[in-house]
Amino acid sequence: MSAPLLDIRGLSIVSEGSGRVIIDNISLSLERGEVLALIGASGSGKTTLALTALGHLRPGLRHRAGAVDLDGENMMEADQAHLRELRGRKVAYVAQSAAAAFNPRMRLEDQVVELDRLSGRESEARAILKARSTFDELGLPRPTELGHRFPHEVSGGQLQRFMIAMGLQQSPPLLVCDEPTSALDVTTQVEVLHILKEAIRNHHTAALFVSHDLAVVAQIATRIAVLRGGQLVEVGPTEQILFAPTQPYTRELIASSRGFNAGSIVSRTRSPETRALLSVRGVKVSYDKPGKGQPVNIALHEASFELQRGEVVAFIGESGSGKSTLARAVAGLHAPFAGKVLLDGRELAGSILDRDKADRHRIQIVFQSADTSLNPRHTVGRTLRRVLDFFGDVPPTERSDRIRELLAMVQLPAAYVSRRPNQLSGGEKQRVNLARALAAQPDVLICDEITSALDNLVAASILQLVDSLRETLGLGVVFVSHDLAAVAQLADQVMVLKNGKVVEQGSTASVLARPVHAYTRLLKASVPELRTTWLTEAASEQATLRDALSPERSPA
Amino acid sequence: MKRLSRAGVPQQVPLVLVASAIVLAALTLIALVAPWIMPHDPGEFISNDVFAAPTRNALLGTDYLGRDLLSRLIASAPLTLGMAFAATMLAHVVGDSLGLYAALRGGWVDAVVSRMVDVILSLPKIIVGLVVLAALGPSVAVIIGICAVVYAAGVFRVARALGNDIVRQDYIVVAQARGEGLGWLLFAEILPQVAAPLASDFAIRMSFAVLFISSLSFLGLGVQPPMADWGGLVRENLDGLQAGSLAAIYPAAAIAITSIALNLLVDSLSERSIQGPAT
Amino acid sequence: MLQFLLRRLPASILLIWLVSVLIFVGCEVLPGDVAQVALGQSATAENVRALRTEFGLDRPALTRYADWLQGIVFHADWGRSITTRTPVSAMLAERLSNTLLLAGVTTLIAVPLALLIGLTMAIRSGSNYDRAASVAILGLAATPEFLIGTIAVLVFAVKLHWLPSTSYLSEGSGLTATARAILLPVGTLVIIATAQIARMTRAIVGNVLALPYIEMARLKGLAGARVVLVHALRNAIGPLANVIALNVAYLVSGVVVVETIFAYPGLARLMADSVQARDLPVVQACAMIFCATYIMLIVAADIIAYACDPKSGSQGRSA
Repeated sequence: MSAPLLDIRGLSIVSEGSGRVIIDNISLSLERGEVLALIGASGSGKTTLALTALGHLRPGLRHRAGAVDLDGENMMEADQAHLRELRGRKVAYVAQSAAAAFNPRMRLEDQVVELDRLSGRESEARAILKARSTFDELGLPRPTELGHRFPHEVSGGQLQRFMIAMGLQQSPPLLVCDEPTSALDVTTQVEVLHILKEAIRNHHTAALFVSHDLAVVAQIATRIAVLRGGQLVEVGPTEQILFAPTQPYTRELIASSRGFNAGSIVSRTRSPETRALLSVRGVKVSYDKPGKGQPVNIALHEASFELQRGEVVAFIGESGSGKSTLARAVAGLHAPFAGKVLLDGRELAGSILDRDKADRHRIQIVFQSADTSLNPRHTVGRTLRRVLDFFGDVPPTERSDRIRELLAMVQLPAAYVSRRPNQLSGGEKQRVNLARALAAQPDVLICDEITSALDNLVAASILQLVDSLRETLGLGVVFVSHDLAAVAQLADQVMVLKNGKVVEQGSTASVLARPVHAYTRLLKASVPELRTTWLTEAASEQATLRDALSPERSPA
Repeated sequence: MKRLSRAGVPQQVPLVLVASAIVLAALTLIALVAPWIMPHDPGEFISNDVFAAPTRNALLGTDYLGRDLLSRLIASAPLTLGMAFAATMLAHVVGDSLGLYAALRGGWVDAVVSRMVDVILSLPKIIVGLVVLAALGPSVAVIIGICAVVYAAGVFRVARALGNDIVRQDYIVVAQARGEGLGWLLFAEILPQVAAPLASDFAIRMSFAVLFISSLSFLGLGVQPPMADWGGLVRENLDGLQAGSLAAIYPAAAIAITSIALNLLVDSLSERSIQGPAT
Repeated sequence: MLQFLLRRLPASILLIWLVSVLIFVGCEVLPGDVAQVALGQSATAENVRALRTEFGLDRPALTRYADWLQGIVFHADWGRSITTRTPVSAMLAERLSNTLLLAGVTTLIAVPLALLIGLTMAIRSGSNYDRAASVAILGLAATPEFLIGTIAVLVFAVKLHWLPSTSYLSEGSGLTATARAILLPVGTLVIIATAQIARMTRAIVGNVLALPYIEMARLKGLAGARVVLVHALRNAIGPLANVIALNVAYLVSGVVVVETIFAYPGLARLMADSVQARDLPVVQACAMIFCATYIMLIVAADIIAYACDPKSGSQGRSA
């Protein structure tokens, strides 16, 4: 058998300052034409490992032991000049966020062919021809015209395709893909994943595919390696990992990625209360400056729903659907220009600052980005205490106890009181955010994509937490998400939004199990399932549904 | 679980950082104990030779009137450094509060104050200094005042930019949604974040202030005799250059050392924080 | 572009007008009777009154302001100097050309030099060259101008006698004579300006180099020089243009100290002397020129930044 294309032997990488081990004695190999997935939570070292195939270490990291051989080249020992020669030609990188990877002031085509042109192996004309045929292959419409644009002038999905084209330009034997679809909308993800799989096959490239999403990876990988805390937990062929895993951690990962089927949809009996806790009627929102007459740019067309105590209503949609806009309108962060929001039958003012102080605490919102939701200079205790001090419902002597209670409610140890956000993981930060919301003793909890930035395992535990809080405290929960699986497990009712309009609405059971609108069906078809054949089926089903939605739509 | 030790990360302390810190500490010390460490009275005529070369009695030689240059140099330290410090402090108190407030409030308050600041910034500082000093007469208070106003504009811009970055963060939205007042938002939420960069700005701006005040004195519009700051010392001894005397160089060098040390300190501190611990 | 200009220019003109009001008001509140100061202690009350009438100083402020503004805008007439009784425009013209000479030559040398130094430091960032150069330019940028100037005079004029210690510029002097006259002041200013601009260049480009798409460029296999010059530089043009504009503005209006050391007949010194002499028309004229120059330079920098940014104007089209 010929030597593997990529051979990692006993690799150890540590952090320069603290000496913390990032990669712990890992050995892996990759044959030509194979697709090896590196899967793990954030902090598992998967990106660091993937970058070593390019001979690149992020600043602050040091190579302590082991070797990385790419087609016989020792990547860890090679000098910069030699590495530059190898990159692009032998191994190429496809980044997660294409928007961050492209120079905003250079035309896309120029960036794609840049290295090819410079290396002298191709003339400029031939390089551009090659690029354009790849653009076509990847499904980019009007490749010549589109290639002339700047990054901000094309959509996210198109940008990601350019990224892939850039990687394939010199037909390298190895393509390193770092979560290439994670930043895309769910429906776009399917298309791009499909295209990527075809391209990899047609160009006979091998690929290292980094991801935290097992379902996504199942579609494209021939082998899967599971990483945790810098260590290799398990590696094997895709079918084996998915259906006969040997390690408990792998089993946990699979459990949290189970996608959704009709069986996982929650159904609770609705309590016979007559008056809804939260009633939203005919709300319309615009971001135009308030002035005379009707606003021009409407972010949210008419939306209405009712929420009981202990119930969950979910808003589903992709970016730009208006779901967050509606959530913020209910929270009072952006006043609607029409419609009413009623709490326990009483109408609330549009803007939170116009609401009574007594009402202000009753609706609390938790945001998506845990990093920007907590003041980095405040300890957890201080953050929570401020809420208690401000609302004053709890007597001063009992506040410390209350803080401990709150931390227990979100399943964090009491010792976390003295921690700062930079000492917390993403999931822990979200728990603190929840605790802060609970400190205000709300009746309605609004969760605005709170799990979107978290790994599947962590997200699953947060969802469980929200569910148990709903149960024990009798909260009404507004759950904003693009994740159908999460919504299916949690929500009683669902509202599906697209481009600021509500396209379908009803109980979770009916909307998700038997969707009527084409868009809802499209969303449902875009949720990856843990079967290797899912992708091809989904791609063709998507194509049909897209045509049903708008016949001349170009690919995302 | 990630636990980043805050103080325990071993890093090499660069030479530059240590050196500049020592220099600044020494200067502060000299300014504080000046009256006690001067070898002679700064007004005393110790020699009949003007611009004399250094001797045991006068370690840096004599000035244009035959007074001990070293004593005059030491005596002027508190004035020079004190004025610059006071002006910078004033500039920051005004500039920081206005800048952060403008960032938080936005709207027309921000627009109006920003335009006013633009106008102030468009006037060359030294010209403004000349005009105002000609009008109100050179006194320590007026000099500090001009310096403060002129640099407050720059501080405003910096504080406003820093504030704008923070005001966009979700935790500010959360606090505002609670109904937190201006005081809490400014002092408890925003200030802790911006304290470090504003402190760096303070040090750099103080170096500008030292240069500015010295330049005014050099042009004859700073503190008037018999008081003298370092800029004034350069001015009085300027003629000595023709005769080859270094009398004018020493005070100029003192200014340069102060300014350079402040800048190097800030630079090396900001480099350290950039190369912080990596994940 | 046209829309951008249409938005910026009126705002700039407004700003210049506001500045003119500010200057006029500022000069009004200067204590000390203008005519009295101009004529000196020995002037009789009659002479003072005559001077006031001659210069229209007895008319109300608003009228004087309107006349002054109107004179500048429509007739390019800046009034007459109280001290010399000659038209201010003539004085301005001569001094302005000297200042432009000094500023122009300095800029032509300093800007390319500073960019070269700053960019090479960025290309070799982290190297010994970068660190040493960093300390050097920081030191120079923090040094007072009069130190550099006085050392230059000491070394080149006094000790070595290579160059004159004061700049004597006269009309029609040949190139060599002019060059010798301005070499020291230009040299001093070049050192100062180069240090300032190089320091900011290194900082600005350094910031751009920390952005993700630069890491991507390196991962693609691009060499250091190309990464800095082709990828980073075009994203740094906005702030760089701004820094250069500020420094050029300083060269026109802020160089009082250097002009004093070398006795260079420039605008800044004219202004300083006029302030002492309460020669208000000259003071106002110089102040207007300085502010207008600053504003124009900043607008020019903004135009360059706008032109180099593909995001300007459109919000970006999606497919």
